[in-house]
Amino acid sequence: MDLRFTPEETTFREEVRAFIRDNLPTDIRDRMRLGHGPRKEDTVRWQRILNKQGWAGLSWPKEWGGPGWTAIQKMIFLEENQVAPAPELSSFNITMIGPVLIQFGTDAQKQRFLPRAANLDDWWCQGFSEPGAGSDLASLKTAAKRDGDFYVVNGQKIWTSTAHQADWCFVLVRTNPNAAKRQEGISFLLVDMKTPGITVRPIISIDGSHHLNEVFFDDVKVPVAMRVYEENKGWDVAKFLLGNERTGIARLGKSKERVKAAKAMAQEVNANGRPLIQDAAFRQRVAQLEIDMQALEITQYRVVSAYDKAKGSGRPDPLSSVLKVKGTELLQATTELAMDVAGPLSMPVWAEELAAMNEPDDMLEAASASTGSYLFLRAASIYGGTNEIQKNILTKAVLGL
Amino acid sequence: MDFELSDDQRLLQDSITRLLGDRYAFEQRKGYVKAPEGFSAAMWSQYAELGLLGLPFAEDYGGFGGGAQEIMLVMQAFGRALILEPYLATVVLGGTALKVAGSDAQKAELLPAIAEGRMKLAFAHSERQARYDLTDVVTTAKRGAGGWVLDGAKSVVVHGEAADRLVLSARTSGDRHDADGITLFLVDTTASGLARRGYATRDEQRAADVALSGVAVSNADVLGEVGNGLAIVERIVEAGIAATAAEAIGAMEAMHSMTLEYSKTREQFGKPIGSYQVVQHRLADMFMAMEQGRSMAMLATMMVEQPDDDERARKIAQAKVGVGQAARYVAQSAIQMHGGIGMTEEYAVGHYFRRCMVIERLFGDPAYYLQKLAEDLS
Repeated sequence: MDLRFTPEETTFREEVRAFIRDNLPTDIRDRMRLGHGPRKEDTVRWQRILNKQGWAGLSWPKEWGGPGWTAIQKMIFLEENQVAPAPELSSFNITMIGPVLIQFGTDAQKQRFLPRAANLDDWWCQGFSEPGAGSDLASLKTAAKRDGDFYVVNGQKIWTSTAHQADWCFVLVRTNPNAAKRQEGISFLLVDMKTPGITVRPIISIDGSHHLNEVFFDDVKVPVAMRVYEENKGWDVAKFLLGNERTGIARLGKSKERVKAAKAMAQEVNANGRPLIQDAAFRQRVAQLEIDMQALEITQYRVVSAYDKAKGSGRPDPLSSVLKVKGTELLQATTELAMDVAGPLSMPVWAEELAAMNEPDDMLEAASASTGSYLFLRAASIYGGTNEIQKNILTKAVLGL
Repeated sequence: MDFELSDDQRLLQDSITRLLGDRYAFEQRKGYVKAPEGFSAAMWSQYAELGLLGLPFAEDYGGFGGGAQEIMLVMQAFGRALILEPYLATVVLGGTALKVAGSDAQKAELLPAIAEGRMKLAFAHSERQARYDLTDVVTTAKRGAGGWVLDGAKSVVVHGEAADRLVLSARTSGDRHDADGITLFLVDTTASGLARRGYATRDEQRAADVALSGVAVSNADVLGEVGNGLAIVERIVEAGIAATAAEAIGAMEAMHSMTLEYSKTREQFGKPIGSYQVVQHRLADMFMAMEQGRSMAMLATMMVEQPDDDERARKIAQAKVGVGQAARYVAQSAIQMHGGIGMTEEYAVGHYFRRCMVIERLFGDPAYYLQKLAEDLS
């Protein structure tokens, strides 16, 4: 045991920080500094720069273009990238479908999809949840019937993030409605979003953005060669994917960056005749958040190190549920802080009309964006398995109840 | 960063766990509490034999060259067993004082004696009026013939009663709250003019109030530089925070596993209470709090030897808050989930609860450090 960063890890952090500083396009950085999410083209542009550097594959093995980093290096990279702030790697491509194909995919699937996923030539989305299958994911009904070399898919997915921007979707479908256990009748398919019979309908979320969608499948023909792993064994693939998803879902760097920005804004705004940053209650609130972030940072290093060592078991580490719960609590608490700092400026929706009427107003723009994040991230304790479901996982897998 | 134990560390952990498993069951411990010293002299010898008393000292002084991480492993095991012996006072606090500021002669005299179990120390810094403020020292040391003369009082000196020597702070110059002018002394507890009044603390350990009236000490008993004692005090306190953070983790582990076990066996409404989701989620919350606390105890440990003063102080303050909050949540939940039995003196949970309550207050409580961090917000 050595709980200190090694000199190599410290050098690595400096190397990553310098690379991001020197290569992140200024227009992207400026937008993100004001608290806006990256546009699709921002994410694509940045991931391609990282891919050229050999860094986009993050946790992938070297033979598939991964950088060959240790778990600690991986976390250092993620944090530096979020703190920059730079667009995050597409989690669908890098954390979800990539590792799934590496673990379960055929050679043909790996060769076809992995390089394109790393370079974001294909934008992936995740077709898991359904109107009747939220927390109870295994009750999903979207059906795939075998017809020669094809599956014919019928049904509906919901909450499909970025489906409207996606080229491909990995979908959980029911291939055996009569299986003894519901989990045993599910398969994992790769679906080209251009396939006839797919309809994407937007869902506008409470922050006013279009991120979520409904996806309808109407006699959609998917080649059998696009099935990952064995028929009716898709639940194993899904569990592996969800475990991976949880290790990256804390997005601690985002919370850190947000607190930093909130502190900066607190120097500018007034509270009782002096800058808010001088208010004792405010300072305690920030100090407490910094403590909670620090604790999660170490927990994260612990979990990913252990997870890396256990690789190959194909089973998610139930401790990743701690990261999910605590990380999303912090995402919510820090966006709440940022919005509270913005005060009355958090109310306007900063839209094109304001831009047209006013001189550019960075503070108003950042204030408005903080409210957007606050609103959108109410979803953080719901997506990726609700925090209540994470506690059920802990109860069962760690506590043995 | 590497979270895996080395072979030596695993060996250390195993041998402590084995010893405490054989000799420190909760029922055995009840006997140790009743001993005149309030702990087991025989166990103290066992720790010496196992090398624990010299663990963090250099081999030249009869030690084993261990560091903060080895102390963490020991303290965690001690927390699980609720040990009563003055290990924190002697090896961690006293040992740190000597390691940080001791002269060669002082180290040569005291460290081998500590390692062999012949010498116990206590850290006598806090004064009644100071609460948690480290600079608030009014005990004085004035120049006397061939040395110094001490007058004043120290309050709640942990294991002060058992100590052979005190690492004692006194003001050699300046006013009550000045950072400069504090000096540390090694004071023999049999010195004339020194009076101790011992008592039990809530965790069944022992502490003492110390009164000093014209206590003469020699120049050779000055620890570190005259007037520059505060920096040493801070290092001692930081080592104490890291060690008790690890101890609190051990106590939390014990409480969590007792509560989990209880939830599987205690039946109400015809089912084990652990089958109810409201209990399950409380247990999951306790688990998460404990793991976040564990991370903070590790942070404190990794910071003890960090050379950057500000970084070290800030991170250790964060850890102090994090562990204190986690332990309070786990301890309160443990009693709640046990119901009435958790309230009883005969059951172990309440004893862990009280040890955590005392640890939370040693060297400053979470509110104190949170306030400090808030003031120093960058």
